[in-house]
Amino acid sequence: MNQPQIQEDEQKHVDAFNARIAAGKTIEPKDWMPEKYRKQLLRMMSQHAHSEVVGMLPEGNWLTRAPSLMRKAVLLAKVQDEAGHGLYIYSGAETLGTDRAEMIDQLLSGKAKYASIFNYPTLNWADMGAVGWLVDGAAIVNQTALAKCSYGPYARAMIRICKEENFHSKQGYQIMAHMMSGTKEQQEMAQDAINRFWWPVLMMFGPSDADSPNSDDLMKWKVKLYSNDDLRQRFIDRTVPQAEAIGIKIPDDKLKWNPTTRHYEFGEINFDELKSVITGNGPCNKLRMKQRNDAHKNGAWVREAAIAYAEKRAKE
Amino acid sequence: MSTKDNWPTWEVFTQQKNGAAHEHAGNVHAPDAEMALLNARDVYGRRQEAVNIWVVPSVAITASTPEDMGPFFEPGNDKMYRWPNYYKTPEGIKQI
Repeated sequence: MNQPQIQEDEQKHVDAFNARIAAGKTIEPKDWMPEKYRKQLLRMMSQHAHSEVVGMLPEGNWLTRAPSLMRKAVLLAKVQDEAGHGLYIYSGAETLGTDRAEMIDQLLSGKAKYASIFNYPTLNWADMGAVGWLVDGAAIVNQTALAKCSYGPYARAMIRICKEENFHSKQGYQIMAHMMSGTKEQQEMAQDAINRFWWPVLMMFGPSDADSPNSDDLMKWKVKLYSNDDLRQRFIDRTVPQAEAIGIKIPDDKLKWNPTTRHYEFGEINFDELKSVITGNGPCNKLRMKQRNDAHKNGAWVREAAIAYAEKRAKE
Repeated sequence: MSTKDNWPTWEVFTQQKNGAAHEHAGNVHAPDAEMALLNARDVYGRRQEAVNIWVVPSVAITASTPEDMGPFFEPGNDKMYRWPNYYKTPEGIKQI
């Protein structure tokens, strides 16, 4: 085929693809898609899957130290869900042509990124409340939007995840509410957890729109339906009244309801901190990578045993 | 990473309640069918979503392709007489 012909065919594909996106139809694994769409989605989905997996670490830290058997069972169920969420998204990402093993390699070698929030430490039990309520709350806002994204496997994984994530956020809020109705020390612990987590959670939505390099393409392709700032605002608007209801103070002097815009105004986010955490200099980046690598190494015998057993059975 | 570390995928079909059809839920990686079934239960059945599960090696599935979409399904497109509402019923007849 000559060059103009190839270009013409390519343009036909691009036009058909754009028409599908414009019509609100989903793109499925075997459909033609621009290479950049595939690459951006793969980056986004694998990062998302890694976040679910690394997200088990800060909470896993408290499994053996939960204050009651019930709390322990709940936390265990939540952490197990996160593993499942990682699997749903890896499985969606694999449809773009990269093996899960390769993605996991990229995580373990430090080449791939994951959500910045998991590079903050969980210092005490109140942090389990803060993480469930705020981190999962932010994730719900983000994922509810992604559930309508243009890539079918990603959207379907998000629908599954959103259904399960509501319990995560609610159990966290309940931990907070419970502590806020407790002793003065317990109330202080709960407030301290929010003081530490509030701003890093706002950073979860990514850089501000003016400084978000991948956003334009992703919005054009309807992978992202709302901008980082829009989602952040949505999270703040729904979270502030929840905080007020249990007597938690949001650590932001500039936070103020604006009756005209019907949104909360809030203080400036330290995006330099976000940049620093993303590039590997957060409080726990090295620890998380070590924990994840150790877990992978320590689990090797299980994977080997499973293969040995499968091979033995195949011979019988 | 060796290919051994990337176990084959199995498509998972779950039956949500007795008597219902099995529906595709997603897939899992597993070294054999038995492990695939256990993984499928843990991944797709943590909240009573299934009373029965099938796992099928992904490579065993043959699917129509997006390019097929037009011609492959064409035979069904122009036969409206296959639907009951194609037929007009005389007024006054309540049931047929």
